[in-house]
Amino acid sequence: MDKQGETNAIQTAIPWIIPFLLLAGWQLFASLGAIPARILPAPFDVCKAAVGLLKTGELQDHIMVSLGRAVSGFVIGGSIGFLLGLFNGLSKLSELLFDTSIQMLRTIPHLALIPLVILWFGIDETSKIFMVALGVLFPVYVNTYHGIKSVDKGLIEMGKAYGLRGFYLFKTVIFPGALSSILVGFRFSLGVMWMTLIVAETISAHSGIGYMAMNAREFMQMDVIVLAILLYAFFGKLSDMIAKLLEKRWLNWNR
Amino acid sequence: MEAAGIPHIKLENIKKGYNSRSVLEGLNLTIRQGEFVAIVGRSGCGKSTLLRLLAGLEFLDTGSILVDGEEINSLNKNARLMFQDGRLLPWKKVMENVSMGLPRDHRLRALNALERVGLKDRANDWPARLSGGQKQRVALARALVHNPAILLLDEPLGALDALTRLEMQRLVEQLWSEKKFTSILVTHDVEEAVALADRVILIEEGSIKLDQYIPLPRPRQRVHPGFSLLVEEILQHITGPGEGPAFLGNQRKRVY
Ligand SMILES: Nc1ncnc2c1ncn2[C@@H]1O[C@H](COP(=O)(O)OP(=O)(O)OP(=O)(O)O)[C@@H](O)[C@H]1O
Ligand SMILES: [Mg+2]
Repeated sequence: MDKQGETNAIQTAIPWIIPFLLLAGWQLFASLGAIPARILPAPFDVCKAAVGLLKTGELQDHIMVSLGRAVSGFVIGGSIGFLLGLFNGLSKLSELLFDTSIQMLRTIPHLALIPLVILWFGIDETSKIFMVALGVLFPVYVNTYHGIKSVDKGLIEMGKAYGLRGFYLFKTVIFPGALSSILVGFRFSLGVMWMTLIVAETISAHSGIGYMAMNAREFMQMDVIVLAILLYAFFGKLSDMIAKLLEKRWLNWNR
Repeated sequence: MEAAGIPHIKLENIKKGYNSRSVLEGLNLTIRQGEFVAIVGRSGCGKSTLLRLLAGLEFLDTGSILVDGEEINSLNKNARLMFQDGRLLPWKKVMENVSMGLPRDHRLRALNALERVGLKDRANDWPARLSGGQKQRVALARALVHNPAILLLDEPLGALDALTRLEMQRLVEQLWSEKKFTSILVTHDVEEAVALADRVILIEEGSIKLDQYIPLPRPRQRVHPGFSLLVEEILQHITGPGEGPAFLGNQRKRVY
C-alpha cells in the first residue's frame, strides 16, 4: 500500500522534471545576461508582468473573453458535429443526404475562411465564435460518425437478439461502443479550438489573449507576449488533461 | 405445456438466400419440446443462418417456421441465442451483462444465474478480466436468466481449450436436464454433438443430409463402443465414402 503510493508519487513527478529544469535554466541564463531581455524575458519578469496585469484586472478580462469564445464556439460546433455524426451514423437516409457534402466541406482549411468571415461578421465576437465552431465541427463529426459506423455488428445483433430496441439499444450498445472514438474527436477538437482561437484573435480582435499579445507587440512588451503564449499553452494543456480524465473515467472498462 | 411427441418447432420447406445466392434450400425439420438437437455441417453451409432464423433475427424467403404452432415473424421471445464469441458488452460489468434486458427488480435472478454457472463472485468484474471459458459461462448465464423455452447455441464452445470445453459441455447438459428447455446446438465437433445431443443433424447443400438419433444413455461415456461408432458413422456422411478413412485419422474429429 505505502510502496504503491510511493511509486505513484514518483510516476506523477517524473514528467515534470524536464519542464522544471528548462524553466530553471531559462531563469538562470536570463539573469546571467546570456539571453537578452529583448529576445526572451526571464520567467520572473513574465511573472511580474502577469501580476501587474492582474492588478489592473486586464488579464482576467482577456482570459475570460478568450475562454468565453473558446467554450461557446466549442459547444456550438461540437453539438452540430456530434448530432450530424449521430444522425449520419444511425440513419442511412441522413448519411446519403449529408455525408458527401460534409466530407467535401471538410477539405477546406477553415483558417482560409478568416478573411471571408471578417467580411461577414466584422471583427467582433461572432466571427471568432464562428471560426472556432467551424474548426471544431469537423473532427467531432468525423469521429462520431466513424465511431458509430464501426460499432461491432455482432454486439448490435446480440442486443437485438436480447430484445433491445430503439433508444435502449442505442444507450446500451451503440453509444458506449462509439464512445472511445467520440472522445478521440473531442480531444482532437479541443486542440483545434485553441489553435483557431489563437489565429483569429491574433489577426483581428479588440480583446482576448491574442489581442493582448498583438497589442504588446506594438509597445515592445516582450514579457506580455511571452505571458500570452504561456497562457495559451496552459489552457491547451488544461483542456487536454480534462479530455484525458474523461477518457479515463468513461472508458475504465477498457483497461 | 405440450405433450411429448407433438412438434414444438416445425420448419417447413424453408428457403433462405443472400443476394440471390441460396443458403438453405428446402429444409424440413421437426423438433420436440425439450429435445437436444445438434447441427453439424461444413463451414458456410448455413448453420448460423438457421439459428438466426429461429431466433427471429432474420426472415425466410419461403417456407415457414412454426414454434408451438405460431409462425415466427418478429423476434422470437421464447428463444435465446448464445454466440461463439460470447458477445458480452465490454463496458458493462458481468452482472449488468447478465441482467441486460431484465426489469430492474430482477437483479436477484441475474445473480442466481451467475451462481448456476459458478461465477457469482465475479459479478462485479469487467468482462475483459475473465478467461475465455468464464466469458462463455457468463454468456450462458445471460441466455438462461430469461428462462427461455428454446436455447440456441452457435458454436459456443468452439474457441475453448479441450478441458474447459468438457467442463462446459457438462454444465450445458446439466442445465438442460434440469430446466428442460429445447436445445439446438451448432458445432464443428462431432464428438461434442454425440456427447450432448438426442439427435445429430447434418446440413449439406442447403438441406438435411442426415438425421441421426443418438440412443446412448446419459451421462454419455466416450469410451462406450457405441459412442465412437456413431461419431464415425456421422463423419462418414460428412466426408463422403471415398475420403472417409483419411479423415478419421484426424484425432480432433472436427469438420471443416
Ligand atoms: N448477412 C449476410 N449477407 C450475405 N451473406 C451472408 C450473410 N450471412 C451469411 N451469409 C452467407 O451465407 C452462408 C451461410 O452462412 P452461415 O454463417 O450460416 O454459415 P455457417 O454454417 O454458420 O458457417 P460457420 O460454420 O463457418 O459458422 C455463407 O456463405 C455466408 O457467406
Ligand atoms: Mg456459423
